[in-house]
Amino acid sequence: MTTDHTARPAAGTALDVADHLLATLPPASAVWCSGLRKRYRRQTAVDDVSFTVARGEVLGLLGPNGAGKTSVIKILLGLVRPDAGEVLLLGRPGTDPQARRRVGYLPELFRYQPWLTAAEVLDLHVRLAGAAVPDAERRDCLALVGLADRAGDRVGGFSKGMQQRLGLAVALVARPELVVLDEPTSALDPLGRADVRDLLLSLKTRQVAVLLNSHLIGEVERVCDRVVILDKGRVAAAGTLPELLGQRELRLRLDGVGAPAEARLAAAGRLTRDGDGYTVALPADPDPTTVPDLVADLVALGVRVHAVEPGHISLEERLLDILRTGSSEEHR
Amino acid sequence: MSTARTVFVIAGLTLQEAVRRRVLRAIVVMTVVLLTLSAWGFYRLDAEFGTFTTGEARIAASTVLNLVMFGLSLIAALGTAFLAGPTMAGEIESGIALAVMTRPVRRAAVLLGKWLGLVVFGSGFVVVAGLGQLVIVRATVGYWPPHPATGLALLAAQTTVLLTLGLLLSTVISPMASGIVAVGLFGATWIAGVVGMVGEAFGNPGVAQVGTVSRMLLPTDGLWRGAMHSFQHPGLAQFPAFEDSPFLSMSPLTATYLGWSALWVALALGLAGLAFQRRDL
Repeated sequence: MTTDHTARPAAGTALDVADHLLATLPPASAVWCSGLRKRYRRQTAVDDVSFTVARGEVLGLLGPNGAGKTSVIKILLGLVRPDAGEVLLLGRPGTDPQARRRVGYLPELFRYQPWLTAAEVLDLHVRLAGAAVPDAERRDCLALVGLADRAGDRVGGFSKGMQQRLGLAVALVARPELVVLDEPTSALDPLGRADVRDLLLSLKTRQVAVLLNSHLIGEVERVCDRVVILDKGRVAAAGTLPELLGQRELRLRLDGVGAPAEARLAAAGRLTRDGDGYTVALPADPDPTTVPDLVADLVALGVRVHAVEPGHISLEERLLDILRTGSSEEHR
Repeated sequence: MSTARTVFVIAGLTLQEAVRRRVLRAIVVMTVVLLTLSAWGFYRLDAEFGTFTTGEARIAASTVLNLVMFGLSLIAALGTAFLAGPTMAGEIESGIALAVMTRPVRRAAVLLGKWLGLVVFGSGFVVVAGLGQLVIVRATVGYWPPHPATGLALLAAQTTVLLTLGLLLSTVISPMASGIVAVGLFGATWIAGVVGMVGEAFGNPGVAQVGTVSRMLLPTDGLWRGAMHSFQHPGLAQFPAFEDSPFLSMSPLTATYLGWSALWVALALGLAGLAFQRRDL
């Protein structure tokens, strides 16, 4: 009896301490996956893929057709069983359906019950998610994707673009903490694409994590914090945009360049020369005074400056470069 | 979300689909045509054969009633098999399943919900249309079957068996194929049942076995025979000459057979669940 009496409060305190410790831990990543593998008959679709999406982060998944992007997404969401590997969604194992309670998904192949109205599709998903979302919020969600005036229309009569907009609303309606968008603009007109970009930026400000698979590199470059590049089922490169894009460059057109001026140029960064064109490689995040100081020094050394043009390596160039050279380890 | 809630949400969705899709309209039209024709037929039966004795008239009514009920069960079979197939396989093929299955739901719960919705729809149809038929027979020739509730319940059970088969097939093959295979097996079992009866009539145990085995493999025909027995006049058992009719049944169903049918449904549903669980979407 006595032990019982003393043991209980002790256990209670220990649990409280554990709860407190858990509560003070930083929240688990939105997505964590490790060593994912999937073979379809003789074709390896996904080969040892691991990456993480932090809370509130926008991660872009890039790669050529058949690189395994959609397969990876389907494995993360439990639609496809991996041959090997582990998935955690919002801190829960991916095999537990509850892991997807706060996850929204727009599939690449988006189709919704044609016999339901747009509003009914949203109601269905709110019920399946077990979320308490008031009517007004559901309507706002339809308005957000530009379907406010089509809420009562059957999905069967929707165009592809409208169905994709509805898919976005479905992905967003149950107050997700992670949104997975597989080619979200494939059926949208330029206006729709701009809407999606604004939507992604608003998710970012609301600290909703986003996993974005898109062919539109410009779109990815504009909104993503980090990028994972897949090629032939493997991670070919991964990192933040500055990491991946690496150095910037400065292109100058000069004449009257003497030896001291050339030495000054070389001091700023690796120098290449083509006639009167000079290119200086700068570090990824150059000091804001680097370029004006360089120009002032050159002028002082008697160099005549015709043009100064900061160069920026685009993600597209980098992606093509990575895919062509097939280098993997170097970029990880 | 609890599994039970998922089951009910999906069952409700399936019923809504059945009501809103064209298949319901097709079923209603077919049923109305069949009921109207049978009403006319029974009315003529009464008028033309006014010289029948009461006993003869009842036997005729029993036989024709079973014939019409067979038509109804065929409509129910076609309707549910072609609903059950597309509902799973079609949703997987079209991509509708993707958004639903990424909600916090278990696949087994979604499958069970589909099944429940289809069972309610199929049974509802059988009971409403069957009851309509019984009322028509009562109004035209004044015949009322001995066990109408049991008969209708067995017809509903037959529909349930067939749609479970359709659901099982649709988790592994394409939507159209699953409907066709389910209806084909349904027809094959019925014919095997008739073949078995012929075997019995000619005292050939080998041929009679065909019916018994097919009735075990797919319980639709056995349940149909039980339903017929509940609809037909009890006096028919005294006439051994009727034993060979495919539209009359001489013996009621045993509890063991009913138990086997329930187990069959549970097994098929379990298999469908396993196949669906393992499938990549």
